[in-house]
Amino acid sequence: MARRATLKLGFAGDVHDVIVVIPDDEPIPWQWGEQFSVLGKETPRVDGPLKATGGARYSYDIQLPAMLYGAILRSPYARASVRNVDLSEAQRQSGVMAALRVEDDEVRFAGQEVAAVAAVSPEVATEALRHIKVDYAPLPFVVDMDKAMAAGAPKVFGRRSNVGEPHVSVVGDVARGLSEAGAVHEALYTSPVQTHVSLETHGAVASWTDGGLTVWCSTQGVFTVRDDLAVLFDLPPDKVRVITEYLGGGFGSKFGAGAEVVIAARLARMAGAPVKLMLPRAAEHVATGNRPSSSQQVKLAANGNGKLIAIELVAHGSGGIGGGAGTSGPYRSIYPCANLRIEERDVYINAGPSSPMRAPGWPQGLFALELAMDELARKLKLDRLEFRRRNNNHPVRAAEFELGARRFGWAEKSAAAKSSANQSAYLRRGIAVAAGAWHSLGSSGPEAIAVARRDGRFEVRVGTQDIGTGTRTVLAMVAAEELGVPLSAVTAQIGDTRFPFSVPSGGSSTSPSDSPAIRQAAAHLKQKLFRIAAPMLGAEPGDLEARDATIRVRFEPARKVAISEVCRRIPGDSISAEGERVPNYEGFRYDQAGCQFAEVEVDIETGVVRVLKVVAVHDAGLIIDPLTARSQVNGGVIMGVGFALFEDRRLDPQTGLMLNPTMDDYKLPGPLDTPDIDVTFVEVANGVTNTGVLGLGEAAHVCSTAAIGCAVYDAIGVPVRDLPITPDRVLAALGKV
Amino acid sequence: MESDKSDKSSKPGKPARQPTPATLSRRAFIKGAGAAAAAVASLGAAVAPADAAEAAGGVANSDGVIERLGPGAHTFELNLNGKKVQVTAEPRVTLLSALRDQLGLTGAKLVCDRGACGACTVHLDGRPVTSCMVLASRARGHEITTIEGLGTADRMHRVQSAFVANDALQCGFCTPGIVMSIAAELERNPGASLDDIKHSVAGNICRCGTYPHVFKAALEAAGFRGGAPSVNSPRNTPRNRPGKPSKGAA
Repeated sequence: MARRATLKLGFAGDVHDVIVVIPDDEPIPWQWGEQFSVLGKETPRVDGPLKATGGARYSYDIQLPAMLYGAILRSPYARASVRNVDLSEAQRQSGVMAALRVEDDEVRFAGQEVAAVAAVSPEVATEALRHIKVDYAPLPFVVDMDKAMAAGAPKVFGRRSNVGEPHVSVVGDVARGLSEAGAVHEALYTSPVQTHVSLETHGAVASWTDGGLTVWCSTQGVFTVRDDLAVLFDLPPDKVRVITEYLGGGFGSKFGAGAEVVIAARLARMAGAPVKLMLPRAAEHVATGNRPSSSQQVKLAANGNGKLIAIELVAHGSGGIGGGAGTSGPYRSIYPCANLRIEERDVYINAGPSSPMRAPGWPQGLFALELAMDELARKLKLDRLEFRRRNNNHPVRAAEFELGARRFGWAEKSAAAKSSANQSAYLRRGIAVAAGAWHSLGSSGPEAIAVARRDGRFEVRVGTQDIGTGTRTVLAMVAAEELGVPLSAVTAQIGDTRFPFSVPSGGSSTSPSDSPAIRQAAAHLKQKLFRIAAPMLGAEPGDLEARDATIRVRFEPARKVAISEVCRRIPGDSISAEGERVPNYEGFRYDQAGCQFAEVEVDIETGVVRVLKVVAVHDAGLIIDPLTARSQVNGGVIMGVGFALFEDRRLDPQTGLMLNPTMDDYKLPGPLDTPDIDVTFVEVANGVTNTGVLGLGEAAHVCSTAAIGCAVYDAIGVPVRDLPITPDRVLAALGKV
Repeated sequence: MESDKSDKSSKPGKPARQPTPATLSRRAFIKGAGAAAAAVASLGAAVAPADAAEAAGGVANSDGVIERLGPGAHTFELNLNGKKVQVTAEPRVTLLSALRDQLGLTGAKLVCDRGACGACTVHLDGRPVTSCMVLASRARGHEITTIEGLGTADRMHRVQSAFVANDALQCGFCTPGIVMSIAAELERNPGASLDDIKHSVAGNICRCGTYPHVFKAALEAAGFRGGAPSVNSPRNTPRNRPGKPSKGAA
């Protein structure tokens, strides 16, 4: 059964009545102008005290009785056949309890797993690796993308070409667009491989008991790890339990059961004891995923009115022995264009496999697209913001451009830049704007349970995990809002496959996928409480509402009873109700927009770039907690600073080894690199789910690098088209070296 | 002091802290890659005694007495969070490893394993050190304070409360280390400016990028009521513009 509801949906200045068809047991979606008591208020995260006092237990912190420590031996060769692995001497070492070989006859990158041990201490385990004798036959390899594409290059996968099949898509006719162009710009843009550098490395504590396997795993998907392990060890899924109470970052690299998790489980089974295996930092850099490199040949054409009439992208990228190097997302969706041609290819090299990283393909795609837009704007003699306005058809982004321009002072700063009084002898300031987009509507799948206890406390449970965004907090806030109780009365339990099913935390989908299931469970629980309260109030359950920690008769607020009193009448210890995440409704449906403005200062003597100011304007449907949401945007911007200016995985062409597998040689943005960040949210009521919540982690990051790169161009007058924008590249662009 | 993080914040015009001879060694210099050149230069003469101890195959304890340790485990006492505890460890075991694997204090994290990220920061005699760079046996005779000793979830230190209130944490893995850096800075520099605070955490890496809220929380804990000083505050030179706390929802 379904019913129709007329909802007020949209955003400030653009709100409409929209009819939405919703299932009977779904609460009416939250809409524009809703009066919330819990949501939308800056709320410190509920697990903040545990995190700030060191009490939060990450997988890495799990200590079990008689627990052993695992360590992995990795190939020092970028490519080799593994003729023999002799574990015997390692096995004889005092304190070594298990050793195994990873059954691969050929290693394809330096750092690939070859063997592993479990021992009584991390020190003994690491030392035991030196006693494993491996007979390698080194083979020719290639770690440079351009060389991998050349004829006669060593093949990464046997006879298969190093260059994957092209993904081609065509709209209209680019040649015709070009023929009508008032201005054309074409250039090559590149970006390096970026590594995730989650502070908690990949790994797990694995423990076999009663024919089952329990794994405390550093993962963004407890259920995907469960399913992987169930298949690999031929166990029914209910015999595998995966727990992730707290997670020290993931950024897309921690979805399934990686090699280290499987090895930990194998070692634990062999040793008959729990094994903790967390990767050392170097292995984290080389073997657990990365953002592929990109090489993007971009051609843009605009007519005399500044409308884009042709976009062409020919791109290559390498994710090592993995694929997924495409960058075309922004080209297809930011600026509508009648003539579009995309051709992109994965190139394979002997390096660790890629994995999704915070908006896969987008930061590098937008860097190239937006810098090309600015280069074209110069040819058109158009203000860069005006050029974007003319090519934008997203109403939310249009509003965000104007809001951001005011907060940033676009007009004032543009005027100031034209007066030479504002420029010092060696410091050059530049400003820029970049457009963003994302599409985190979430998906059906999650289930949830809401529980009311006789003591007046509430619990909600869902088997999701908190990658650091504050999942426990936002889910508890949603339940508290629905139940009409303060946040302090609700506990959200997550991070365990014994809780109801949920989806992995990827694509910024955690809040949009889980929050509607939680709200539905809370709504169902509320109906059960209404049935208990109805005779207490002499009313029908259908006439009741829950607000201010009371249940009361609608329109007669004086007829009320404290919800704790109602809970006291619960027969037994507690009552519970289930909820499920239903598919998205056809509401008022815009993809997310967003934009960021950046101001940089470039020292033209040293080439050093500093990011001074970023104004970030974003939308993510209903913002549940503006405080934790702002944290996510700050983080998205700062990760963009790193990708723009510092981060670069370097491989040695002679050995295939990573030259900077540390946290000092691999340059990360630190406190002193942090710009002044101004965050503003545009609230959008979308009616897509019962909460209307969208994700923010990726939306907040896609355009940060682009805005910085464009601002450097504005500052020095010449584009630096290769990331990272290091001092040597700035000086080279200026013709000084 | 071994890999004393406070030395990272040494700036021209600000005297570097002078470590005492008994706590110095060549190892500390070689491993303490973050130590500022200014501090190194000022210590040259002080290196000798402990260096000699190491050359003799032993370790100088806090009284400067040379002992031979290892290669097997030995048992010794540490002053940890105001209590005396026994540790049995090989000489190669780091303070971080002893805290986590033997003493069950898992707040400090191993992240970079080379003093480059600050996630393992604890206090030795009130000064922040990266405990992955300090051998457990070398912590004898010093007052060790870990994040667990600073405050608990029920009774938080003011820095911890300010971190929670300002959401100065996301995944939280770097948080114990950053809290310890800030707490040490505010202890010795109660009127810390935004610039001081930024430099005190310059060696702490947060991959979630939560620094703006860290600055805000630290200023609040330092007693700046009502948020951060204005961007135009005369304290802040153009070279060190503050990360002005960002605005909330529109």
